[in-house]
Amino acid sequence: MERVAVVDGAMTSFGEHWNLSLRELAVEAGRKAMKNAGVSPKDVDALFIGNMAGGYFNGQEHLASLIPRELHLAPKPSTRVESACASGGLAARMGYLSILAGAYDTVLCLGVEKMTDLPPENVTSGLAMAADGDWEAYFGVTFPALYAMLARRHMHEFGTTEEQMAAVAVKNHANGALNPHAQFRFPLTVEKVLKSTLVSDPLRLLNCSPISDGAAAVVISKESIAKKLTDTPVYIHGSGQGSDSIALHNRATLTTLEATVAAGKMAFKNAKLTPKDIDLVEVHDCFTIAELLAIEDLGFIEKGKAGPATEDGVTARDGKIPVNASGGLKAKGHPVGATGIAQIYEAMVQLRGEAGGRQVDGATRAMTHNVGGSGGTAIVNILGRD
Amino acid sequence: MNVGIEGYGIYIPRTRITVDSIAAVWGQDPNVLSKGLLVKEKAVADSDEDTVTIAVEASRNAVARARIDPTRIGAVFVGSESHPYAVKPSGTIVAEAVGATPDLTSADYQFACKAGTAAIQTCIGMVGSGLIEYGLGGGADTAQGAPGDPLEYTAASGGAMYVIGKTHKNSIAKFIGTHSYTTDTPDFWRRENVPYPRHGFRFTGKPAYFNHIVSATQGLFADLDVGPKDFDYAVFHQPNGKFPRNVAKMLGFTKEQITPGILVGEIGNTYSGASILGLAAVLDVAKPGDRILVTSFGSGAGSDAFSIEVLDGIEKKRELAPLVRSYIDNKEYVSYGMYTKNRGKLLMMED
Repeated sequence: MERVAVVDGAMTSFGEHWNLSLRELAVEAGRKAMKNAGVSPKDVDALFIGNMAGGYFNGQEHLASLIPRELHLAPKPSTRVESACASGGLAARMGYLSILAGAYDTVLCLGVEKMTDLPPENVTSGLAMAADGDWEAYFGVTFPALYAMLARRHMHEFGTTEEQMAAVAVKNHANGALNPHAQFRFPLTVEKVLKSTLVSDPLRLLNCSPISDGAAAVVISKESIAKKLTDTPVYIHGSGQGSDSIALHNRATLTTLEATVAAGKMAFKNAKLTPKDIDLVEVHDCFTIAELLAIEDLGFIEKGKAGPATEDGVTARDGKIPVNASGGLKAKGHPVGATGIAQIYEAMVQLRGEAGGRQVDGATRAMTHNVGGSGGTAIVNILGRD
Repeated sequence: MNVGIEGYGIYIPRTRITVDSIAAVWGQDPNVLSKGLLVKEKAVADSDEDTVTIAVEASRNAVARARIDPTRIGAVFVGSESHPYAVKPSGTIVAEAVGATPDLTSADYQFACKAGTAAIQTCIGMVGSGLIEYGLGGGADTAQGAPGDPLEYTAASGGAMYVIGKTHKNSIAKFIGTHSYTTDTPDFWRRENVPYPRHGFRFTGKPAYFNHIVSATQGLFADLDVGPKDFDYAVFHQPNGKFPRNVAKMLGFTKEQITPGILVGEIGNTYSGASILGLAAVLDVAKPGDRILVTSFGSGAGSDAFSIEVLDGIEKKRELAPLVRSYIDNKEYVSYGMYTKNRGKLLMMED
């Protein structure tokens, strides 16, 4: 079986794109990704699109038809996948699996979300559709509230502090300040995080990722083709996917996201690698607590110790295991359906040594981790230059 | 352009409500709010005040400074987003109250927060073309923010009116130029029969306020071949304390140039009155020869920029009516309960 590699990719800057529609964002990222990869639409066998809520946010479903036409890919097969904020990661995984299965040689995986067309309260309602509609959202629970409960439990069981969660935001903003695609390119201090507006106790505004517009796309091919297209293919060594109860109350624990654990194990087993072999991780820090959970659940940090480890700089760009060198969802922005693809794009850029000021020196293997909802879905990929 | 300001007058209601007392009702952190908005309190109309009473007070002050026979006023234009009547002009009441009727024209303007400068601009055109001898134009508002909405912390009451005429040695100031910039940008609106406006949250910033003010101002700079250094003062629309300071920085103005014209921290956003109240505050302290930039912004959206040169008449006319500072300092605080009653926010039995 031939290996699969990322040939190249592209992303729009993340932020408030008042003048760009869902369609335009997708086209910008998709076209650039094909151009960067040196392929034309005829070289692409299929399109996989990650998008969470085009219907609710933009009044537009059926992206599987909308976007291929704009990218001159029609009548090639086109599929839109949805798993809330993990939609992008899942689109990439579906593209990867389709090549492994021998169905296609080259696919374009694209993630897109246009979130700023609605007032924030409507965006919050839209995002709440990623939670249990009957038993969570119906009763008014929003995502900050769900993650606040996860944070409280982590604080209760392991003594994690608000300062430690703030340290996640401070680190990610320091990285994001060096990322030209990032929504927030300014540094933060722990004090500033702790003084920001309370959103859902204990989470404050600066513990939360923003509402963003953006798109990202990668061209992936089987090894023999990828090698012809680029001198710097980035191989997908392993990919994992996990699921869990959509509602928090059906879970055995609130301090572990079992979907992340399952996806991580699958990816490591696939790749025949362990956490020690990974040089950098892009994790799903939709809230600062989510990064702490992720680095524990993926096996980089012992359970309960992610807070102190972050404070100690273990996850800084020059730390033992650099986490979210891109700035993460917190600073880079979180156009939900685009996030999973943008993580793969960042991994590719880092592994090629092209990340400029935020480069993790000598990185040869990277992991991406994309979560849907409060942990109902998780997608993990391991990529490497070797 | 041989047209200028013959008289200016303002009115700010005495009643104030603090950001803290509004925040307490809605469970918000007052420190975060006042720091974020750079607004401490806002002026609100009392139970017997509305846009017309504010415009009348301001107009009487303006006519007093102009020292003209009011029957020579050929046009009265009042800009507001809170005209008391949907059908029936505010302008006619103002014209009658100042004694300008009946040989004149009048109409009401509505363009969110820039209706006041639109009214003045029309007067400039009519005076300049010789259609009328004097025009009375400006804006007044009793702006409404929905209870609990972020706008409730700033939506305030107040207004300013200007007598526009051909310049002469006793004029207060002269218009050097004006440049407007208008697009269809739906950042803030209120539909028919709806009591409170709606807004596009952060969309009201970069693509709306900042884009229009910067574009209109730079358009004026290009028209007149001038830059920020050519002005002694600059006044911008001030929906909160942050926006005018940020836009000033973007355009290259200093803190010293803008501080005298920023009133929002003490009285809130008086909508159609906001930029021209700022101009009045600057006229209260300016010297002959000073150059003033004023750029308004109205949601929907548009900006009017003006370059104004202060003339000798300012010294004699300034004291003929109360200064802006006297209205700001004359205040009485009310509770949130009293504020909701006075502003008609309570559903009454007869409703």
